[in-house]
Amino acid sequence: MPTMNIIQAVNNALRIQMAAEPKSIILGEDVGKFGGVFRATSGLYDEFGEERVIDTPLAEAGIIGAAIGMAVYGMRPIPEIQFSDFIFPAFDQIVNELAKFRYRSGGQYPCPVVIRTPVGGGIRGGHYHSQSPEALFIHTPGLKVVIPSNPYDAKGMLLASLRQDDPVLFMEPKKIYRASRGEVPEEDYTVELGKAKVVREGNQVTLIAYGAMVSVIEEAAAKAAEIGISCEVIDLRTLMPFDIETITESVSKNGRAVMVHEAPQTCGFGAEVCTSLYERCMAHLEAPIQRVCGFDTPFPYSLEHEYLPNADRVLGAIRKTLEW
Amino acid sequence: MSAVEVAAVEEEDDLRRVIDDDGKVISGASVPKISDEQLHKLFDTMLMVRIIDDRMMRIQRQGKLGFYMKSLGEEATHLSVFPLRDDDWVYPSYREQGAWFWRGLTIEQFLNQLFGNKHDPTKGRQMPVHHSANWLNCVSISSPVGTQIPQAVGTAMGMKASGTDQVAMTFFGEGTSSTGEFHVGMNFAGVSKAPCVFVIRNNGWAISTGTEKQTAAKSFASKAVGYGMPGIRVDGNDILAVIQVANEAVARARRGEGPTLIECVTYRVEGHSSSDDPSVYRNPAEPEAWGPRDPLNRLRGYLKGKRLWTEGMEKDISDRYNDEISKYLKLAEEHGEPDVETLFDDVYQDLPWHLKEQKEYLLSQARTKNPHLHN
Amino acid sequence: MAEGQSEKSQSSERTVPPPVPTGPAFSYFALDEEAKAHGLFQLLDEDGTFDPANTTRFDKTLSTDLYRGMLWTRLMDKQFMALQRQGTIGFYAETLGQEAASIGSAAALEPQDWLVPALREHGAGLYRGMKFESFVAQLFGNADDVTQGRQMPLHPSDPATRYVNMSSCIATQIPHAVGIAMGIQAIGDGSEVCMGFMGDGATSEGEFHVSMNFAGVRKCPVVMVCQNNQWAISTPGAGQTASETIAVKGLGYGIESLRADGNDILAVYEVSRYAVDKARRGDGPTFIELLTYRVSAHTSSDDPSRYRDESVTEVWRNQRDPLVRMRLFLEKNGWMNEAEHEAMVAQIEMTVRETADRQRNVDMPLLRSIIEDVFETTWWRLEEQLDALEETLSK
Repeated sequence: MPTMNIIQAVNNALRIQMAAEPKSIILGEDVGKFGGVFRATSGLYDEFGEERVIDTPLAEAGIIGAAIGMAVYGMRPIPEIQFSDFIFPAFDQIVNELAKFRYRSGGQYPCPVVIRTPVGGGIRGGHYHSQSPEALFIHTPGLKVVIPSNPYDAKGMLLASLRQDDPVLFMEPKKIYRASRGEVPEEDYTVELGKAKVVREGNQVTLIAYGAMVSVIEEAAAKAAEIGISCEVIDLRTLMPFDIETITESVSKNGRAVMVHEAPQTCGFGAEVCTSLYERCMAHLEAPIQRVCGFDTPFPYSLEHEYLPNADRVLGAIRKTLEW
Repeated sequence: MSAVEVAAVEEEDDLRRVIDDDGKVISGASVPKISDEQLHKLFDTMLMVRIIDDRMMRIQRQGKLGFYMKSLGEEATHLSVFPLRDDDWVYPSYREQGAWFWRGLTIEQFLNQLFGNKHDPTKGRQMPVHHSANWLNCVSISSPVGTQIPQAVGTAMGMKASGTDQVAMTFFGEGTSSTGEFHVGMNFAGVSKAPCVFVIRNNGWAISTGTEKQTAAKSFASKAVGYGMPGIRVDGNDILAVIQVANEAVARARRGEGPTLIECVTYRVEGHSSSDDPSVYRNPAEPEAWGPRDPLNRLRGYLKGKRLWTEGMEKDISDRYNDEISKYLKLAEEHGEPDVETLFDDVYQDLPWHLKEQKEYLLSQARTKNPHLHN
Repeated sequence: MAEGQSEKSQSSERTVPPPVPTGPAFSYFALDEEAKAHGLFQLLDEDGTFDPANTTRFDKTLSTDLYRGMLWTRLMDKQFMALQRQGTIGFYAETLGQEAASIGSAAALEPQDWLVPALREHGAGLYRGMKFESFVAQLFGNADDVTQGRQMPLHPSDPATRYVNMSSCIATQIPHAVGIAMGIQAIGDGSEVCMGFMGDGATSEGEFHVSMNFAGVRKCPVVMVCQNNQWAISTPGAGQTASETIAVKGLGYGIESLRADGNDILAVYEVSRYAVDKARRGDGPTFIELLTYRVSAHTSSDDPSRYRDESVTEVWRNQRDPLVRMRLFLEKNGWMNEAEHEAMVAQIEMTVRETADRQRNVDMPLLRSIIEDVFETTWWRLEEQLDALEETLSK
């Protein structure tokens, strides 16, 4: 089985989809000849032509608006927003249009648009190449939100997103685009949306994260194991709709949990996860659920390494739940 | 001020016109080929829009309908859809009733949407006049202005990529030309040479904002140059000129020669919507000055000249539509609202766990009485 | 296989400027609106020959200043790009080939005027008096940086010279420039003008459209400068717009629109001066397209050989260099000889080197700076987050 990084896995999934489904069409800034600024669409322009891999003018509202029109017409557009920090000119098209089209037309017009966009910090990108705006979109009914953490899931979940009819915001953790490597089958396969994955089993504290933070909680779990603390590591993978069963089961079992994301803490997705868990496993909890998140500040440049949650901070939170 | 401005419209030489205010063909103007039967149908549709608009606004004023938008004086612009085929697509804004009817929306469907009842094709999900009819390739309307423009272009890009000779047409008001989505949509269409026709209904007013506060450009059509496409100005109250210009733009798009921007110069004779009161912001002499330009009257004059109109004929049409409206209005009021379960449908294709939970919860609660129901 | 895949560049018809209507009888500013937006104003040809029929304002002082500004930009860009390649600076973007467009336009401003930059106007900021030390501190994002390392390099901010802090997001600054001009209109004393910059790609964004429209309707004292360098990362001009020129877009907003050879600093200065003077008189906005070419990559993260024909780039690098043209002009007038030029180069290179050496050794901003300036004062949650961070670090 070949080894791929996330970029290669995404590229591989796109190639499979483009070959299998002639109605698939990729559009975005620099996705054609250049193959995308992160090379996710590399080679696709040569293989599928400029009518199906479209270099658009520099206008995110146009990219998403046009993708909606293509989907309404019966195509399967796969727009790319170069950085999720650049998604906001298209916010209206995503929130007011894409997510509501099926509902507002009484089911007449599903909009199978899969928006791919790199997300998160860790590449020294400052305010505008580092943000994690997922909560804004999870808060938008009608839109599914997916953030894979490894190449296998990236390919399988992208293909799964492309094979169902709801709009999906597919956010790719750019920090681990190349760093995360693993075995990925060449063939076509899907990973079911809405299912979390227990990455590591443990019986004292449940650690929950998604995207680039999964490797951080794995590292924290390993460090905890060295000092005799057993942690269960859960990769949420799909944030809307998220897998309540898996996390409820784990937290009910362990009675302690730490929620980690790099987006700012206040009104971050962790707030929803924690509340849902309190509603379901209050009786099993031995300590308040801890959150380790990005700070409620704009994403910094020079102090990026301090801003991002790391294994030490997660470990601190693990101790806190145990010392409660 | 207004009377002077109105007069100026006639003097502009870049404004395409075919018939004058009395419906007589202007000397030297070429007349689009339209059969007598189609001329009757055009008159029939415009008259129907006027009747239904009048009836709906009256029942809105009686408190039976939450909201309504009339298009008095702008009915001719709707028929820009005249040259479209059934397999072409339309992305309307909220003031093109005639376009929907021309393409086949029935009075029954139209009224059910206004009442958001259980037979509303869109399941009571939006305010009145936000229709959607996928069987007519007429796409769901959004209240924020301009959002449909890049979508129409996307559909046209899809047509081009699929190798069909279909055309997409989208409507919007002149105020919408100030939005970012107008710009990005027009630019995408220009660059991709998408088969898209953009119809601006320049009715002079964006709620309370007059055109001079909307743009400093010499016309809305002139904006087309910045996107590398032709921009054509037409007398939007002259149905024959509207059709002539639409014929050309649609044919051009179908031939693969790219998009066209059409500015229909018309006038919003009444308020923006049932929620508006134009007397606060505009001189009442202005709508009065547009009276002689009434598009229905001009078509009537043209038909008279061709001996295609009689008073009896018009009365028959009016009676027929009035009866039909009365009949379906009563039904639309009686149908009742959609079932409460449907609140959770169509958010996603399937119902996710959290919506299932929310649905079960809602169904377990006592029903809340609809304070807006009047029957 | 895609049709057109074998094409060298989609933009081949756009890479060479159209014929220039020049000569003693040519009076660009008297042309009608359409002609100005389609034409191309030029004063200095590629041999440094000046068309004297058009202007007399370029004396030795102004000409030498303009040249020094361009030279400064080029030399510092070279050194900072080298530091980026060594890993000392996180990111950089050169102005290479566009120095005339950047410097010549901003040079037309007075000290009280505002400059709202895009990515390639840092040289213009320095020309107008931004402190070099402060600029370099921002590149390193260190404790001396007035913005406390909050943004990527090349996002300087200098209120003293009214150089407004920028965003990496394309076109977001255009409405800000118009807003400043509307503010000047509302409460100013009539002496200020705002100049806003953008690239060709930015003209596709909604923000270009909405703010140009505002400027047209409000007739505010703003000069909008588009550096049309023909590439938005990998997207060429033809992929960006179907309009014949960028300048004609201004006509859709009722704004007078000029178009000049962006590699001719005298032409750039002249059109900018015309627009700035007009705005100051209260005669409304102007849109200026400066036709130039991005000889460098988009930024240090880019590799243009993947998407464009670099032989075209070589033509612009070798035959249309804005510095060469201006230096020839200075030499022809006897205003700068070889030795003076060498001295100028040496002085700039030394200043850049010394400043960089100083700034690279300045400490990073204090940890506390991470929670400052989110609001005027912090709130409990931010203090809590800082405490938790310090606690972790102390272990």
